[in-house]
Amino acid sequence: MAKSHKPVVWFPFAAGGTVIAFFIPVIVLLTSMAALGHVPDGLTYERMHAFAGSALGKLVIISVVALSLWSSAHRLRCTCFDFGLRADKAVATVLYLAAVAGSVAAAVYLLRI
Amino acid sequence: MKQRVVQLEVLRYNPDTDSEASFQRYEVVCQDEWVVLDALNKVKESIDPTLNYRWSCHMAVCGSCGMMINGEPKLACHAFLRDYEGVIRIEPLAHFPIERDLVTAPDDFMEKLKRVKPYLIPKEKKSLSDGEHRQTPAQLMKFRQYSMCINCMLCYAACPEYGLDPEFVGPAALTLAHRYNQDSRDGGRLARQEVVATHEGVWTCTFVGACSEVCPAHVDPASALQQMKITSSIDWIVEHLIPGGKA
Amino acid sequence: MSRRPLVRVCPPTTWYFRQPRYLRYMSREITSIFVGAYCVLLVVALQRLAAGQAAWEGFLLALQSPLSIVFHLLALVAAVYHAATWFNATQKAMPVQIGEDFLPGNVISGAHYVAWVVLSCVVLFLAGVF
Repeated sequence: MAKSHKPVVWFPFAAGGTVIAFFIPVIVLLTSMAALGHVPDGLTYERMHAFAGSALGKLVIISVVALSLWSSAHRLRCTCFDFGLRADKAVATVLYLAAVAGSVAAAVYLLRI
Repeated sequence: MKQRVVQLEVLRYNPDTDSEASFQRYEVVCQDEWVVLDALNKVKESIDPTLNYRWSCHMAVCGSCGMMINGEPKLACHAFLRDYEGVIRIEPLAHFPIERDLVTAPDDFMEKLKRVKPYLIPKEKKSLSDGEHRQTPAQLMKFRQYSMCINCMLCYAACPEYGLDPEFVGPAALTLAHRYNQDSRDGGRLARQEVVATHEGVWTCTFVGACSEVCPAHVDPASALQQMKITSSIDWIVEHLIPGGKA
Repeated sequence: MSRRPLVRVCPPTTWYFRQPRYLRYMSREITSIFVGAYCVLLVVALQRLAAGQAAWEGFLLALQSPLSIVFHLLALVAAVYHAATWFNATQKAMPVQIGEDFLPGNVISGAHYVAWVVLSCVVLFLAGVF
């Protein structure tokens, strides 16, 4: 069989998994605090708008969101296979498209800020 | 010496007479310090000489006596009776067809071992008069761990991806490829990539890690496969994204 | 005597119940559902942020619903479990050889944990938590 093109999806998965591991827990913690009624200063409109308005902020946000979406999509694709869902091509298409759609949407919203 | 009575529930299959496998119960008087293999030998010696199973060294170096003991892939000579309570369920190694009783058909594994070119493909041609390949201890350590495989196939029994997709080349065979790739004398990595970098090569692996957990020789096949995923990905980038790039 | 090997089928939807390590693996993989869902929440958050102050503050208020709190708990557990298993796994993919010896795996994983704590504290500080 010919050499696989899996690296195309695997490399971003590995990068995204690393991003998720280092950053998502603390971000969840921040929104959890908001959920419990104690909105941290950094999550106020002024601070968030200023952060997302900066070029650096946009870069950081889109990197974290896009890579995390892709990594989750890839892992979910493998999990579906492990759960017995054998239509791998269909599952992969749906999940990767969803990740790309989410990333594009995030980019569009960021550009409005 | 202390003795105990052990109950074994063994999966039997006779290809000449059976259409399916079924369990048979044996009650064996064993010494406390025995391993499961000793109990099986006692069964064959004095209770049921028709029981079939592979074994040889009785010291976890030949890799012959792999079987499922209470659902876990183990070498029968490496499974101590003192670690088990109640009825001990013994089945042939998972994910391989049953030849007869506890003997499995290893044909698929053997073919895959050959497929990865598990031999030195020298970097530079050397004649005998040039002398031997020289290697420092550090160069040896780079691949030594991966050379310790005893071909017991416990990793294939443990790997769920191999169970779900029998096309998967599998932990031991791929680790053997890595062993040669890491050898300073070898220049055959790219040739092996034709097998390693395919879908049924490393890319079926999802890093469950069961293979490394059950390996009796501490080879750590999971680490070999992850390292090859990284090198295969770098190869892909060089081949496809760098103009004129050859891995 | 001819060969008539018996093939045992691996149950495609229930194989992970056979060994505890398989269940641990599936738990690790399932974190992707919660992490993915949380990322979708982040995209929604960005839309609200782009829509102006009222929308953003409405979003922060909506986070306080009981459903949101439960989801955050699950997402936090999933994210932490992902991080722990990821850091423990990384040592396998990147062996560090120094002379004839290898850096012990837990040194590599440990370094990741330390970096994780430091990074998290930096983010919390920048967010004004302390």
